[in-house]
Amino acid sequence: MPQGIDIDEIRQILAAGAQLVEVLPREEFEEEHLPGAINIPLKQMTEQVTASLDRARPVIVYCWDYQ
Amino acid sequence: MSPRAACRLERLGFSKVYDFVPGKLAWLAMGWPREGTAAAVSNAGEIARRGTPICALDDRIADVRATVLEAGRDVCIVVSPEGVVQGRLRGRALAETPEATAQQAMELGPTTIRPSERLAPLVERMRRRGVATIVVSDLKGRLVGILYREDAERTLEAARP
Repeated sequence: MPQGIDIDEIRQILAAGAQLVEVLPREEFEEEHLPGAINIPLKQMTEQVTASLDRARPVIVYCWDYQ
Repeated sequence: MSPRAACRLERLGFSKVYDFVPGKLAWLAMGWPREGTAAAVSNAGEIARRGTPICALDDRIADVRATVLEAGRDVCIVVSPEGVVQGRLRGRALAETPEATAQQAMELGPTTIRPSERLAPLVERMRRRGVATIVVSDLKGRLVGILYREDAERTLEAARP
């Protein structure tokens, strides 16, 4: 089960080397995103597309808010 | 969406997946760095003036006034021990009742905005209401700075093509 993290935890986990993925559509990502994030929209989250991620490192996913 | 994405990644074989539950909105509301086309124009947090004098709830107005004058500013934000905005002191509140405490003299619960606020609609609202300044606080209610409408207007003008 993926672990939920909050605002007090994310920067520490990023500093430890986690990859950051925004799962919103590309237009939203291009308008504004967290530094260092890559964009893999949920609708395109296939094995092929996620092959660019390093499986040895943790991954943090995020969208717009709690929804 | 992110819970579904996190689950999807686990099913694709990723062993350590985190779901940043509060999302991009919360990150931006903290006033933390951002990238993207929107970053070409500053947001409220990026142009808010820092160094606003702060004081504690039980500070004496006479002492607060001295601090404000020394800082060359005209406002002081009253904060809790954790740095959460509680009130604002300016104008007559700083000049009168020197023996009162900040808590007694302050404007309770001033209007605040998040650092992520976009300048164009904000300036429009401030003009409509005749507001020259507004307190910027982060997601946890802590002071970021004071946004001056003149700074926002200048920023928007400079960003015009």
